[in-house]
Amino acid sequence: MCGIISVVDRSRSGMDGSSIKNALSLMDERGSGEGAGYAAYGVYPDFADYYAIHLFFNNLVEPKGAVDEILRAWGKIEHEEEIPTVEQPDLRRTRIPWRYFFKPDPTLMPGSDTPEEDIIMMLVMKINTSIQGALVFSSGKNIGVFKASGWPEAVADFYQIDQYEGYIWLAHNRYPTNTPGWWGGAHPFNLLDWSVIHNGEITSYGTNRRYIESFGYRCTMFTDTEVVAYLCDLLSRRHGLPRELMVRAFAPPFWDEIDRMKKPEMELNHAIRQTYGSALMNGPFAIVVATADGIVGFTDRIKLRPLIAAEAGDRLYIASEEAAIRRMESSLDHVWMPQAGEPVIGRVQS
Amino acid sequence: MNPGSVPAKFKVRIDADQCMLCERCVENCPYGTYRREGEHISVDSRRCVACHRCVAMCPRDSITIEEKPVDYRSHPLWTRESREAIYNQARTGRIVLAGMGNASDLPIIFDRLLLDACQVTNPSIDPLREPMELRTYIGKKPRKLDLRKKRNGDIELKTRLHPNLRLNTPIMIGHMSYGAISLNAQLSMARAVASEGTFMGTGEGGLHPALREFQDNMIVQVASGRFGVDIDYLERGAAIEIKIGQGAKPGIGGHLPGEKIDPDISQTRMIPERSDAISPAPHHDIYSIEDLKQLVHSLKEATEWKKPVFVKIAAVHNVAAIASGIARSSADAVVIDGFRGGTGAAPRVFRDHVGIPIEAAIAAVDQKLRSQGIRNEVSIIASGGIRDAAEVTKAIALGADAIYIGTAALIAMGCRVCGTCYRGLCPWGIATQNSSLTRRLNPDVEWQHVANLIRGWTLEISELMGAAGINSIESLRGNRDRLRGYLLDEAMMNILDVQPVGA
Repeated sequence: MCGIISVVDRSRSGMDGSSIKNALSLMDERGSGEGAGYAAYGVYPDFADYYAIHLFFNNLVEPKGAVDEILRAWGKIEHEEEIPTVEQPDLRRTRIPWRYFFKPDPTLMPGSDTPEEDIIMMLVMKINTSIQGALVFSSGKNIGVFKASGWPEAVADFYQIDQYEGYIWLAHNRYPTNTPGWWGGAHPFNLLDWSVIHNGEITSYGTNRRYIESFGYRCTMFTDTEVVAYLCDLLSRRHGLPRELMVRAFAPPFWDEIDRMKKPEMELNHAIRQTYGSALMNGPFAIVVATADGIVGFTDRIKLRPLIAAEAGDRLYIASEEAAIRRMESSLDHVWMPQAGEPVIGRVQS
Repeated sequence: MNPGSVPAKFKVRIDADQCMLCERCVENCPYGTYRREGEHISVDSRRCVACHRCVAMCPRDSITIEEKPVDYRSHPLWTRESREAIYNQARTGRIVLAGMGNASDLPIIFDRLLLDACQVTNPSIDPLREPMELRTYIGKKPRKLDLRKKRNGDIELKTRLHPNLRLNTPIMIGHMSYGAISLNAQLSMARAVASEGTFMGTGEGGLHPALREFQDNMIVQVASGRFGVDIDYLERGAAIEIKIGQGAKPGIGGHLPGEKIDPDISQTRMIPERSDAISPAPHHDIYSIEDLKQLVHSLKEATEWKKPVFVKIAAVHNVAAIASGIARSSADAVVIDGFRGGTGAAPRVFRDHVGIPIEAAIAAVDQKLRSQGIRNEVSIIASGGIRDAAEVTKAIALGADAIYIGTAALIAMGCRVCGTCYRGLCPWGIATQNSSLTRRLNPDVEWQHVANLIRGWTLEISELMGAAGINSIESLRGNRDRLRGYLLDEAMMNILDVQPVGA
């Protein structure tokens, strides 16, 4: 189980979080009240050039001191604050959500093509693996992730997401099965620009995790979805794969289909499977991945989890259920069910 | 000391009421266990090696072979094996030879690893209804793809893939040379791998003309003796394997006695008839990793960079670091042979005491290559006593790309693991060059048995993968989350990087 819904406004018009909260709440039976979350793009226009680093602190003494120190060593903290929250009757507050707006010093990462991103990635891994009581769960520019253990409406009200306006929204209602429901384990998962929501179970997790670990990533959130965010970062940002081909690596055509392709296409698909076989994801899943310039949704190769897409004007919706989409927009131009492994891509107009 | 003082290992009995004196046991036993004496068959149990050829051939099921109870005084330290080895060496003053794999009673790690199956939260996949992909590519892979977007928006692939072997199943047959085994045995296995879309090794014995028909499914071996190696040999193979070490006898070479070098083997190995074929322990042009790298390059250069080159080593204590050096030598695959690996003949002291288990070796090599960020660029082939589809699956989950079987393929052709291959009298026509024995193995029949074995295991791997919710072998490789350790100590579980059962 788990319920996912996402929307992109291709003209970059802002949407506040109230309607996606309603849509996600419609899928309450897909969760168990142990995790929900929202990601929104474009929510920090005043700090658009800074990395918005969201953390959970266990307390504000030791872990925060250590995080302050490491961030100051690697760049400049422009602004920091506790993420505003409102206590909810059925949400037990176990973490303190905090955010920094941070600019890394690129001269400290010589030899990197993308020094700022590499510094942020390194800091996320370092904080999450070495500072007890601190967990970075969001680290992109002009992006905010808001998640906790609780029902969708409680989490939305806790963070007051109707106060934020974004042009891309992702939302997730969790039914934890393999690992405990906890604040860090709620979706979305994020690294840099990448945010991920996922319904299902990635049976290739062990392979995927060990693959990305050999590129310096460290999984710390005890769920299989975390690897998807890191794989996106590796394949897209660091290896330069276009989004369609990144999804092709995650959910490639079967060899029989590849064998029937015409030569250039066959060679390309061969190369993707041979090179990125360890990034192939198995098991039942429906995933939506977002970056600042759009969203992409896809399922596993035999579509063991539902995924519905719909369009209304400039907006593209991808969700577990059509009813949830219609909660956000009752009048849809086009509704369809994507094929297994076939990506649905919504790009923001540049 | 009287040789007779070492008791016989087996007791052979013939049920006289059943026996019809057909003498098939006499004809079939090359060790001379049976003799017709008047109206009965006399038995010399001391000669029996328990190969079971007589049992299989007796039309009346009148033969019984039992392990003969120990008649030494029992002792927890001075076991029958230890005492007999001493008696034998006191008598001969020589190295004690043994065949097949490690026969020590050491725990088998595979038996203490358990596989996973889906329940409720994710569906298991039914291989009868859904595609299940076991296709495996062995060889070097690029670290990343170099792509260019063309003006019309199409993506152009700039990266050129290295040559890889395409396997329909992750099961291959390892290297057993013509000389160690018979041509009929090689022919049977070659036809089987061609039929199943996989590969077998030639061993270091060269490539017999009769095998050329199957050369596209054969990996040619370059061992220290360089027997049979010339440019024609290298070009015929689908891949080339440099053999540095072997699981059954790490650190020592090979020896095919002169009496086995008949004219046919002499021609195939390119050595004089009746001369001993000795592969030295080291290659005499490899005394360092740099030398190995040069040989890898030379073989690639000689074959115009069209063939993958593998390097085979025995699983030893520092195997991970050695494999890492091999991976960086531009070799396409590292083959690791564990201490259960079989052999025609090895000093018993090596076979049973040198090397480490393949399970730990795979895990250590996979982990080392990952920590260095190069695991994805080189394939790992594991071998050494793999007995069934579950062990193949476990080996892949620990990190292997594919496995070699050896003994299992021989068993499919009739081998009873009697462990006396080194005597050259294999009654099943496998580990022998005696034409009266080799003709017992009919390649037109036996290839099907080997093919059936590979097919059966492949089906079982599909089922195991489906049960774990995995439909592509790429997602099984190195997926240690799908394994749990049962009654393994904590240190071993750390090496294997698996959780205990219940976790």
